[in-house]
Amino acid sequence: MADLILGIETSCDETAAAVVESSRLIHSSIVSSQVHLHERFGGVVPEIASRAHVDLIVPVVAEALVSSGMEAEEIEAVAATTGPGLVGSLLVGVSAAKALATVWGVPFVEVNHLEAHLYASFLEDPDLQLPLVFLLVSGGHTLLVLMEEQGKYRLLGSTLDDAAGEAYDKVARYLGLGYPGGPAIDKLALEGDRTAFKYPRSLVQENPETLPDDRRFAFSFSGLKTAVVNHVRSNPDVATEDVVASFQEAVVDALLTKLKWALEYTGVETACLGGGVAANSRLRERFTETCASVGVKGCLPSRAMCTDNAAMVAAAGYWRLEKMGPSPLNVGVDPNLGLL
Amino acid sequence: MLILAIETASSQAGCAIGGHEGVLASAHTGINGKHAENISPQIAFVREQAGIEFSELGAIAVDIGPGLFTGLRVGIATAVSIAHALTLPVIGVSSLDLLAFPARWTSRLIVSALDARRGELFTALFRRVPGGIQRVREVNVCTAEDLAAEIQTFDEPSLLVGDGALRYAEIFESLGRVELAEQGLAHPSARAMVQLAHARAMREEFVQPWDLEPIYLRKPDAEINWATRNEQK
Ligand SMILES: [Zn+2]
Repeated sequence: MADLILGIETSCDETAAAVVESSRLIHSSIVSSQVHLHERFGGVVPEIASRAHVDLIVPVVAEALVSSGMEAEEIEAVAATTGPGLVGSLLVGVSAAKALATVWGVPFVEVNHLEAHLYASFLEDPDLQLPLVFLLVSGGHTLLVLMEEQGKYRLLGSTLDDAAGEAYDKVARYLGLGYPGGPAIDKLALEGDRTAFKYPRSLVQENPETLPDDRRFAFSFSGLKTAVVNHVRSNPDVATEDVVASFQEAVVDALLTKLKWALEYTGVETACLGGGVAANSRLRERFTETCASVGVKGCLPSRAMCTDNAAMVAAAGYWRLEKMGPSPLNVGVDPNLGLL
Repeated sequence: MLILAIETASSQAGCAIGGHEGVLASAHTGINGKHAENISPQIAFVREQAGIEFSELGAIAVDIGPGLFTGLRVGIATAVSIAHALTLPVIGVSSLDLLAFPARWTSRLIVSALDARRGELFTALFRRVPGGIQRVREVNVCTAEDLAAEIQTFDEPSLLVGDGALRYAEIFESLGRVELAEQGLAHPSARAMVQLAHARAMREEFVQPWDLEPIYLRKPDAEINWATRNEQK
C-alpha cells in the first residue's frame, strides 16, 4: 500500500502540487494561482493557462517536495487530475505526473477532479462518517452528490445551464466588478441589503414533490443572471451593493434549499460543502444554519481546501490506488469527465 | 554522455536514447494525435531497449518549438519533469534546426518549413558549416508565398525540408533550383535530436529545467484580440 503520494492538479488556472500521507496527513500543499494573468480578459483563457502551467510545473512540484521535508525516493505514487477541465491544462499536469512516475518507478494514478473535491473534506475531518451528501459549487460545476461509500457516488442533481460560479462571474462582469466575480461580489454584498430585491430562484418551488424527478435536485442560474442584468439595465441608478447582495441571496437560497431537500430525501446525517464557491462567506454561514436546522452534521472545509488544490488530488489518488490499482501510463485526459 | 531526446512538437512523436556512439534505442509514432498517451510508455520502452538505468543519463533534450502548441507542451512538461527528478540539465532544440540537421550534407541553402496550420508555416534558413548547420535567418511564421518570395531573393539552389514544404509543394516547385526533401525527412526526429543535442552538450549549452523557454512564435488569440480591441478604442 502506497502511503506517501505526490498529487498534481492543473485542470484550470491553478498549478498545484502536494505531498500527502495516507490520504489524511498533508505534508505540503502548494497552489500557484494564475488569476492575475486572466484578469484583464474577464475569464480563464485556455491557451494562456496552458502556457503558464508549463512555466510553473517544475517550480511548484519542487516546492511541494522541498517543503514536505520528504525525499523524492520516499514518494510511493504520483496522482494527477485527468479531468474534467481544460484539455491543454490537464495535459501539462498529467504529462509531468507520468514522467515522474516513470523515472521514479512508482505507480501513476489518474484522478477525477470532482472526486478529488469530495476527498478534500476527509483531509480536514478524518472522522467524517459515510454516507453523506456533498454540495460541490465552483466556476465549472454545481453538483449534489450522495457519497454512499469510498468511491461510490450517486449524482442527485446538477446545473441545467450555468454553474453557480459562472453566474457570479457573469453578473460581476456586467456590473464592472472585475474578475474573478466571486470574491468581488462576496465583499461588496456585505455592504448591501440582501432583501432589497426578490430575484428568481429557479426550480425552487414550495413543494419538491411537484418537480419532475430529474429536476428535483437540479439547479439553474442563467435565468437569475438575466433577471439581474435586466433589472439593472432598466434601473441604472440602483445601488450595486443591494443588487449583488440580493443576487447572492438568491444563489445561496437555491443551493441550500436543494441541499435541504436532498438531506431530507436521503435521510443521511452528514452534509459537506466544497468547490471554489464554497469559499463564499454567505454560503458558508447559511450552510451551517441549514445543517443545524435539518439536524445533520455540517462539514465545512477551510477555504484553502474548498478551492482547487493538489492535496485533494493526492487523497483521492490514495483511495483510487487502493481500490483500482495503478493507472496505465497511456491513459489520456478527458475534459468532460463526469463523476460516475 | 547519454541523452534522452523527446520529440512531440509535430504531428509525429518519439523519443531516443544515445550518446557519442550514436542512437542506442528509439521509438516513433505516426500521426495519431495521442502524444500525451504515447510519450511516457515510449520513454520506458526506449530505456529498457537501450539497456540502461535512468540514473545513467547525463542530459534531457527536448524540442522547444515552434510546433503544434499542445504537443509541444506535452514534450516540454515531460522533459523538464524528468530532468528535475534526475537533477539533470536540459538541452532545448528548435524543431526547425532538427529538420535541417539531417540535410546537412547538401551545399544548397536549407529551408526548414513546418506546417503551422491556419495557412502558415514555421520557417528558418540554414547553411551547412563544418560539423553541422548554422541559421542564416531566425525562425518566423509566414505564408508559403512569403517564404517563396524570400527564397527567390537568395538566387541560389535550395533544399526545402518539412511537412510545410510538402503541403505547399506546388508553390515551391514553381521556383527555379528548388528541391523538396522527401516524406521521411518531413518531421523533426528524436534520433536526429540525440546527435544534435550531443554536440551541444559537448559545448555545455544547457539550461536548468525551470529556465527552459518554449518557442511559440504566436501569441494566444485572446491576447491578439485584446490588443486589437484596445488599439481601436
Ligand atoms: Zn475544482
